[in-house]
Amino acid sequence: MASPDSSGYWEKTKQLMWITLAIWIFFSFIIHFFVVPLNGIVILGFPLGFYMASQGSLIAFVILIFWFSSRQDAIDREYGVAEDD
Amino acid sequence: MAIKTGSGDFVDNLGKIYGIYTGGFAAFVILLAILEQIGVPNRVIGYLFVFFTLSVYAGIGILSRTMQISEYYVAGRRVPAFYNGMATGADWMSGASFVGMAGSLYVLGYDGLAFVLGWTGGYVLVAVLVAPYLRKFGAYTVPDFLAARFGGNLARFIGIIVLFCCSFTYVTAQIYATGIIASRFLGMSFEVAVFVGLIGILLCSMLGGMRAVTWTQVAQYIVLIIAYLIPVIILSAQNYGVPIPQLMYGQALQEIAALEQNMVAQGLADGTLLKPHIEPFTNYNPANYFFLILCLMVGTASLPHILMRYFTTPSVREARKSVGWSLLFIFLLYFTAPAYAAFAKLEVYQNVIGASLDGLPQWVYTYGQIGLMKVCGVDATTVEAIRAACTAAGNTDGLLHLRDLSINVDVIVIATPEIAGLPYVIAGLVAAGGLAAALSTADGLLLAIANALSHDIYYKMIDPHASTARRLFVARALLIAVAICAAWLASTRPADILSMVAWAFSLAAAGNFPALVLGIWWKRCTAQGAIAGMVTGFGVCLFYLLATRYGGMPLWFGINNISAAIFGLPVGFIVMYVVSMMTPEPSQEMQDLIDEIRTPRGETIIDAARDKAGA
Repeated sequence: MASPDSSGYWEKTKQLMWITLAIWIFFSFIIHFFVVPLNGIVILGFPLGFYMASQGSLIAFVILIFWFSSRQDAIDREYGVAEDD
Repeated sequence: MAIKTGSGDFVDNLGKIYGIYTGGFAAFVILLAILEQIGVPNRVIGYLFVFFTLSVYAGIGILSRTMQISEYYVAGRRVPAFYNGMATGADWMSGASFVGMAGSLYVLGYDGLAFVLGWTGGYVLVAVLVAPYLRKFGAYTVPDFLAARFGGNLARFIGIIVLFCCSFTYVTAQIYATGIIASRFLGMSFEVAVFVGLIGILLCSMLGGMRAVTWTQVAQYIVLIIAYLIPVIILSAQNYGVPIPQLMYGQALQEIAALEQNMVAQGLADGTLLKPHIEPFTNYNPANYFFLILCLMVGTASLPHILMRYFTTPSVREARKSVGWSLLFIFLLYFTAPAYAAFAKLEVYQNVIGASLDGLPQWVYTYGQIGLMKVCGVDATTVEAIRAACTAAGNTDGLLHLRDLSINVDVIVIATPEIAGLPYVIAGLVAAGGLAAALSTADGLLLAIANALSHDIYYKMIDPHASTARRLFVARALLIAVAICAAWLASTRPADILSMVAWAFSLAAAGNFPALVLGIWWKRCTAQGAIAGMVTGFGVCLFYLLATRYGGMPLWFGINNISAAIFGLPVGFIVMYVVSMMTPEPSQEMQDLIDEIRTPRGETIIDAARDKAGA
């Protein structure tokens, strides 16, 4: 069997890793740099900056992990390294 | 029963079994509610709650007993993603998360959300960088992986030290929390309550190891999440007519902001001291806020008792998915905590601050009598006591001012049933939930410590030829020994240990994270590099923690010591890189092993190696 490096599998996996981490950085840090201006927008009583830290980013993390695991699974299958179902 | 045979029967029927369990628990709560209505005293209700739930956990623990090594250490690798997610949720959410988190948000306002973010976002790192690869490797413990990747027992030993430093204070705090919860709700003496908690923990974990802990943690998650959600859902329905607190507390935030302005206008609060609930960076400056988030997240991805939960899934694919389920189940509690904080703050600002000292709500005294509410610097035990103290403090208008009131963070969750005017059965439910949270975390931590001692030190370093029976005997003996040490320490109420719990995240992050991530993602990382990086990173972190707390050293750049990993992490990464580049490239054999770890398909590395040795 070809090694993960030579088959291109690891290249794809790394790419997905960087994309996922970029989204993670955005919701963990970058969005919260703008908490003060975001708090100017109020939805259902929630100032948006406060909302992002208390719920918005959390929802994004949950979706991100499920999205990541299905993407990674697709890569595994494409390169024939997925486990049997 | 099926669970005993270890066949597929139990795992195939999980949905049915836990469905019946959840229904049974609901019926039990309703039964107690009826008993309360016909006049059974509160104390009896409280005891019934604790003994019923403890005996269910113990029952699961005993039915899951096992004499197989892989069942004991990794639950036979048969735990489906969804249930492993629940178990991880219970493993993760400690007694302090359950009882104290909402209170911290009450006190810190927006800045407290650093904990909400930090304790959830780290799971992204777990899923992407670490867990699936450790699962493929097939280790029993985190030090096991470090030893295999980084040339043997020195790396293993450093891994054990990191594990011990971040887990032992943590488990002590959990046992302490069981004592506090049981003594507060049941009026047991604290020392007795600690040992009741100890027995509960041992019954769950001793006979069945990881298998027993997994299935009790699922049961404990169900109890804790029901107990956390019910009171605040009822409160939301009462106040806003919609039983979705996470949505309705937006209105409470608006009312709080209006009341904050009113209090200043009426002279009840000092405008320069009042910290508006939604305003950022009033308690932490931005650097501390963001560094705390980073350290908690990276710490999450490095804590051995969490990582080892993902060793139990049937496949790498399931391990990844399981991280998603874990975070979903954790999210249910963490996105509710800010609602608790907002509702409690609204109640206090509406009905307590500005009230006449003679007319404070009854719950203020209930919790004052157990030392959790202070008015004008004294426990709020009676009207006379607080009146005298406030007069002495120079309060002349007979009204309660904001600065007069001091609330222990634990009150917010504990008092909510009473604030909402709910029957005692709900308070008993909350106590059962808090106990479930503390016990489940204690189980996981205890197992992580005892497994490192029995598997890594005893089996791998002292007696590699030990028989299965002997290994399991040693594992159990060490589990009991560690548990008794932790319980004894907890019973002495060690203030220092308890405040050190938050350090666990920084210590784990600085000690484990660079070695785990580079070990998987960078083939060029050498054993010497990893060992040097772990020692220096962990050393810098530990030095900063100890020197700022005990050595009187001033903070570096004003960074709080809870975020010590912000110094340890870069040092660890840089040293690991530099030393790796200075030492010879890892052998072809090692590079092949890393390729194996990166490929989901195929046997675990550990099993493959054993088959080879056997053949």
